[in-house]
Amino acid sequence: MFDCKNALSQKARDLKPSGIRKFFDLLSGREGVISLTVGQPDFATPWHIRDAGIDSIADGHTFYTSNRGTPELRQEIASYMSRRFDLSYNAETDILVTVGASEAIDLAIRALCDVDDEVIIPVPSFVCYSPLVEMAGAKAVFVETMPEDGFKLTPERLSAAITDRTKLIVLPYPSNPTGAILEKEELIALCEVIKKTNAIVLSDEIYAELTYSKKHTSIATIPEMKERTIVINGFSKAYAMTGWRLGFSCAPRDITEAMFKIHQYAIMCAPTVSQYAATEALKNGDDDIEMMKAEYDRRRKYLTKALSDIGLPCQSPEGAFYVFMKLSDYGLSSEVFCERLLEEHNVAIVPGTAFGDCGEGYARLSYAYSLEHLKEAVKRMDRFVKTL
Amino acid sequence: MEPILELLSKNSLYSTKDMAAMLDMTEDEIEEKIASYKEEGILLGSQAIIDYDKTEVNHITAFIELKVNPQPNRGFDKIAENIYRYPEVMSLYLMSSSGYDLLVTVEGSTMKEIAYFVARKLAPIEGVISTSTHFVLKKYKSKGIIHRSAQVDERENCN
Repeated sequence: MFDCKNALSQKARDLKPSGIRKFFDLLSGREGVISLTVGQPDFATPWHIRDAGIDSIADGHTFYTSNRGTPELRQEIASYMSRRFDLSYNAETDILVTVGASEAIDLAIRALCDVDDEVIIPVPSFVCYSPLVEMAGAKAVFVETMPEDGFKLTPERLSAAITDRTKLIVLPYPSNPTGAILEKEELIALCEVIKKTNAIVLSDEIYAELTYSKKHTSIATIPEMKERTIVINGFSKAYAMTGWRLGFSCAPRDITEAMFKIHQYAIMCAPTVSQYAATEALKNGDDDIEMMKAEYDRRRKYLTKALSDIGLPCQSPEGAFYVFMKLSDYGLSSEVFCERLLEEHNVAIVPGTAFGDCGEGYARLSYAYSLEHLKEAVKRMDRFVKTL
Repeated sequence: MEPILELLSKNSLYSTKDMAAMLDMTEDEIEEKIASYKEEGILLGSQAIIDYDKTEVNHITAFIELKVNPQPNRGFDKIAENIYRYPEVMSLYLMSSSGYDLLVTVEGSTMKEIAYFVARKLAPIEGVISTSTHFVLKKYKSKGIIHRSAQVDERENCN
């Protein structure tokens, strides 16, 4: 019998399964678990956006769109980036509509990286960057961020990691899993380092709308940076459209062209129904963003206080919808803490090591859940901590 | 909107402690604000929204349109008072409609009971010219809440 295992590419074989996935497998099949693990909003997409998607199907818009995305959507994206983030991009040449921000990240890496190019990735961070870098044949260079720096990438640590092979610097802020954001002065300091190199910045700003006491600043607004930055954003978190699979990149014309070429062959175009829905979201969804953000903010305040009250302090997260909670005071590793919490009290949180080895001693909790759900989780965690 | 009112309008069961955490206020501040809302008649009450169709309880709702003669100098206020003092009257609104003036909601155990209430108590009130009663057959949504069982969180077991 033919064994197709031998036919797999070396790259595919070498790709490690996701650390988050491993933990989810522990979860599946368990009853009555209070989970704080998911990385997507608990809101359904606002109705007027769903309605626009439904109407587009009813109206027969079931064909491919222009590969780059409908002209109207790209125009709306340009106007959105200008009004929300003070960024000016040409809808025709600088914007590409993709299947989620995930595809945009993949395209950017493939458009820029040659074999053995280096890509700097601050950790702990979302797990998708290094596998995509490896698939492109390039090398992931992890730069640890430290709790005393609020898990922000510092100019010193960035500088120490740069070599003459550094092609791309990933800046994923606001951050999953830490909730850290980079403020203007911090960005300026990083740019001083970056401008001395030939590296391009890949700014993953998918959580840009979810910042609380401080407004998000895009690195592309810092002088002389726009021409060397790819800004990635999307609709998943801001408009609760995770399942619609729609994102976009804004980048200098030449980079966009290269990404477009790959996208054109591999994907054709992002889903048409999602593009129509997203156009409605950008035109009329600003209030929805504010409403959801206000709700996340209330939960953020509640959770950080409640956890601190039971002896589990966490950095007050300025962005996204995660809390990166410190566990190391209890002498258990992240994995053991999380496994025991699940086994003994049926609460699921993600060990920090799923996001990089330097996440050891921490766990990620999502507050994309109702207050009642968060309260129950805290109650059970309190019981667990008292046994330690 | 005032943040405390915004929270309570969505869910009146939030404890003072939880509201204080969510809004970065002290519990005393929350309690004072709520007390002043009550004094000013801004915060009037907090009642659970119940789907009686799923219980053993007989519970019917009716909307009654009243055409009335407003009184000199008093307008609709006196008639309204005569109507709303009945405990069966759950709500009373002065409407902009050209067909009628006042919209009443009445709740009772049977349609007959409500019909008798309208005929014996509402219709004879001085100033009431005519009544038109409409019974609710099925409730789909009340006060922003869809009448359905708790939704399962579809998001589990995915990244």
